[in-house]
Order: sequence, then structure tokens, then C-alpha cells
Amino acid sequence: MTESLTRAGVEVRLEGLRREYGAVTALDGLDLTIEPGEFIALLGPSGCGKTTALRLLAGLEDADGGRVVVGGKDVTGLPTNKRDMGMVFQAYSLFPHMTARQNVAFGLRLRKVGEAERNRRAGEMLELVGLSAQADRYAHQMSGGQQQRVALARALAIQPTVLLLDEPLSALDAKVRASLRDEIRRVQLEVGITTLFVTHDQEEALAVADRVGVMNAGRLEQLGAPTEVYGQPATPFVAEFVGLSNRLPATVSGSKADVLGASLPTVAASVSGPGVALVRPEAVDLVAVDSAGSDDPLTGSIVAVSFLGAVTRITVDLGTHGKVLAQMPTSQAAGFSTGDRARLTFRPAPILVVKA
Amino acid sequence: MAAVTTELTKTGDSPRRNGIGLRARSARRTRVIRVLAMLPFGLFFAVPLIALIEFSTRSSDLYGERTLEYWRAIGDNPDLLIALRDSLLLALITSVVALALLVPTMVWVRLRLPKLQRVVEFLCLLPLTIPALVLVVGLGPIYLWIAYFTPAEYDSSPLVLAFAYVVLVMPYMYRALDAGLQAIDVRTLSEAARSLGAGWFTVMVRVILPNVFSAVLNASLLAVALVLGEFTVASLLNYDNLQVAINLQAQASVGVSVALAAAALIFVFILLFALSFVGRRRSTAKGK
Repeated sequence: MTESLTRAGVEVRLEGLRREYGAVTALDGLDLTIEPGEFIALLGPSGCGKTTALRLLAGLEDADGGRVVVGGKDVTGLPTNKRDMGMVFQAYSLFPHMTARQNVAFGLRLRKVGEAERNRRAGEMLELVGLSAQADRYAHQMSGGQQQRVALARALAIQPTVLLLDEPLSALDAKVRASLRDEIRRVQLEVGITTLFVTHDQEEALAVADRVGVMNAGRLEQLGAPTEVYGQPATPFVAEFVGLSNRLPATVSGSKADVLGASLPTVAASVSGPGVALVRPEAVDLVAVDSAGSDDPLTGSIVAVSFLGAVTRITVDLGTHGKVLAQMPTSQAAGFSTGDRARLTFRPAPILVVKA
Repeated sequence: MAAVTTELTKTGDSPRRNGIGLRARSARRTRVIRVLAMLPFGLFFAVPLIALIEFSTRSSDLYGERTLEYWRAIGDNPDLLIALRDSLLLALITSVVALALLVPTMVWVRLRLPKLQRVVEFLCLLPLTIPALVLVVGLGPIYLWIAYFTPAEYDSSPLVLAFAYVVLVMPYMYRALDAGLQAIDVRTLSEAARSLGAGWFTVMVRVILPNVFSAVLNASLLAVALVLGEFTVASLLNYDNLQVAINLQAQASVGVSVALAAAALIFVFILLFALSFVGRRRSTAKGK
């Protein structure tokens, strides 16, 4: 890695950011601190305010309240072109009348960097994203994935303080998406730039981010490491939105919950007394039992088996307690088929119990 | 093409060859239809032009030889030349001013005030619905003021017609520019440029304009054609532009006025071809 590309990340602080569109509150006092060099993904359904947060940070929209502090400097009133932030957009944003190299060099040209130096740095950036061979192509001669990589190179070429990624992968097909996602993470680690990544795709967010922030209705519901957000959802919304969850009746006493007779540890945010336990499908195991009926509330009959490649999802009908989804490696699921009877067991991971 | 087709139909036993023969035949049919459709249009435009040239090269003696006398006379008539120069200048000023007004406004409305888009479109198309006569009635008092404030040495210069012409060409230019702007993602491109450090002026000149270049050319062409052919407003406001001069000349010598009209038409045609050629060259260069 050449020295001109690396740069120590800066801290970014969003303090009580508010934004309203008429009667709709898009951001309702968002507080978020991104550590220097950290990669944070904002995850949420459309309309949850994640894109608004990113646009306020970029200066593409004005905040109705709150502050944006980058590297200790308040930039709330600064226009976009003075903020020094690299951005990759959801829509293809390469300038159609310029080649890939000219696109990447555009920001440097605005900064009055000489032509030779400009071309050298543009070449270096294109090499970083693995597109040196496409340097003289126009946008319409490149695939969507290549265009987004050029856009990433262009955003990084100006050595921005912060990198902003506004759903840069959502226009791409699944395979390109996964490889470009990993590519973005590799480049980000290499450059060491503070990054905010906005997406509605949980897999994307969980795969690349240092920390994931789950947003809903203009507020940050939970901010934590991907494993924490997935394994210990802090709110019912997070539990529902990130991954699939089974809803089972439970009674909490102390730090334990009784779920249909099974005793499981709970996370701190759980209610006490009766409630609904949110259990991940992969925390549910199945044991085959005799076809003879039993009163055990955890026993039911298998109503569906879906093969998903490496894993298989099995739906068990518990009768009065509804259907439960169990997910296991396909090798383990081989013994089960529709119509069989099975008993549920739970892995002892902490679960969230919410109000019924 | 015809030779290839015959050969293929002769030996066209295999289904693949038959397919090619069919395609060639349908291509030929399309071409015939195209020619048949274009012919009336071509005639519609060509006949008056040929008639103009025929008439302007006829000698005063009906059975005499062809003569370029009237064409030469254009150069000897300073009033006509001045009118021609003024009209060309007017076309230039009108296009430039209208572009400078329309392009930034349309981009800004798209980016910041999308709700106003309909209103702006309505306003821009409005001149189309107002007859020139009515327009002149409205413009009359304004032009009295303009004449009042014009410095004496520029008095009666027809260049002040540019004010009226900018309004007149607005509907046509709006349509052409709108098509161009619709073809690109103005919002994303300008946001990308701004995030890279570009101010609004740079966004306009370096990002938006190069990508709507052919639309700008089309719009200017429409403006030039309209201004060079404009008679009503100039005549009623008492300014001498090309068409007014041609009309005056017709009273003195019909031959010269017809020659000038033909020359003006041919000039606009050449300009049209040149501009569309430039536009095409640019797009193929981009496509390579």
C-alpha cells in the first residue's frame, strides 16, 4: 500500500440529529459516535431514517436540529463540497462523459492537483479496486459492479475524512454483491478510513461492519457488534428485523425464562413475568420421537422441510402453541421428513422475552 | 444488398438461409415503406425551396436565360445585409440568454423544488398559446420603456427584440432541454460532483452541460430557426429584422427578396445539418 492512500481515520459524532419532512419525522434525535477508522453499518427498513442520517452527515440535506462533528470540528453548517467526504451512491453515479480514470481524477482536478500527479493517483486508486485494465472505459462500457468499484475509487481518491456508502450494492445481483461487499471491507481496512454504510440488507451489515446500528422510525434501536445485535437483540424490533425469530409463550423469573417447560437464560432487556420469548431458528434443535402422541408441549409434528443448501429449515407444528422454525446443518436434518413427530430442544443462548 | 438477397433465395434450402432471406426481405420492405413515407414530406419541403430558387434565378424576360442578378443584388443592398447581420446576432443572443436562464432553472427545480416542475413547465409553454398579435399588444408598452431607456446611438436597434424572442423560444427550448435532462440522473450526478468538492457552477459546467450537450444544441437550433424566421413581432414593434427587410424589399424588387428568403432558408438548413453532425460525432466518440 502506498502512503498516499492511507490516512488515519477521524472520529465522527452525530449529536441529537433531527430532520422532519412536513409532518413526518425522519430522524428523531439521533446520537451516534463513530470511532476513528471504524466501519459502522446502519440497518433498517425503508423509511427508518438511515439514509437521512447519512445525507445529513454528507451535508446533502440540512438538519432541523442537532450537530455533526467530524474530527472535533462542527461541520453542521458546512456545504457538501466543503465537507471533504467521499460518497458512493445507490444509483450509478459515474459521470457518463468521462472515462473511469477521468472520473476518479475529477475530485483531484477540483483540488488543482497537477495532471501527472492526478493520473498517477487515479491509476493507483483503480489498482486498489482492481480495475486498472478498465481505466479508459466509459460507464456504459462497464458492468454495474465495475461502475460501483470506480465510484468507490473516485470517492477515496480525494482522501476524504469519512467514507459514506449509501446502499451501494442494492442495484447489483447477488453474487457481485457479496464479492463487492468483501472488497469494500478490504479496501476500507487497507485505507483505514472512518466509514458509515447504510443498507436494508442485514446480511450485508452483519458481514462487514465493526458495529451495526439498527434503526426504526428515526431512532437508533440498538448499536453493537454484529454478533451482539444478532444474538442479543435489545428490543423486539431488532429481534424481528435481524434474522428470523420464533415467538413462544414464556414466563420470566429472575434471569431465567420458562419456555414451554424448558429453562433458558434471558438478556437484560427482558420483561419479568409472563411474556413472549423470541427464539432464533438456529437455537432450536429437534429430536425424533415415537409417533405416539404425548402431552409434552414441546412435541409436535413436522409440517415442512425446506432445503436451503448448507442448512435446512424445518417447521414443526406445536398445535396450540403455533408453528416453530428450526434451522440446522443439512447433514443433521437428513433424518427428518414431513409427517414425523419431533421434540424441540433449545440451545442455552440468552433470549429476549418481550411483553405479550 | 439486392444481389445477396437473390443469391440466398436461390440457394435458400436450409432453414437458416431461409431465415436470412426472410430478414432481408422484411428489411427491404421496411426501406420501401420508409421511402414512401418520407417522399411526401420531402416534396412538401423541397417544392417551395426549388420554386424559390427557380423564381430567384429567372430573368425579367420570361423566356430569357437564367440569371444570378437577384442573388448578386443582395450584396449591393446594405439595408438587407444589416438586417441579416442583426437577425444572426439576435439568434445568437436569444439562444445564449434563453439557455443561461433555462438550464440552471430547470436543474435547480429538479433538484430542490420538484413540486414546482409543473408550474415551470406551464410557464415555459405559455407563450405557445398566446398569439403573436396578443403578445405584441402586451409587449408594446414595455418596448416604449425600452426605447425610452435605450442610449441614442443604439436607438431603433432591433437587438432589443431579444427580450421578446427569449420569451417566444422558451416553449421549444424547454421541451428540448427537458428531454435531455430526463435522460440523465441529474440528482445523483450533481450530488456525486458536490461530494467530490464541486461548487454549483462547476456542477453545471463540468457535469450537467456535457451530458445534455446534444439537447442544448437542439434547443439552440430551434431558437436560431425561430428567430431567423420571425416577422410578426418585429414588424408590429417597428424593428427591422431579416424577415421585415425581406418584406420591404419585396415591394421594391420581388426577385431580390425571394433570393434572400431562399438564402436564409438554405442557411438554416446548413446550420441544422452542421449542428446535428456535431451532435452525432460527439455521441459516437462517446460510444467508442
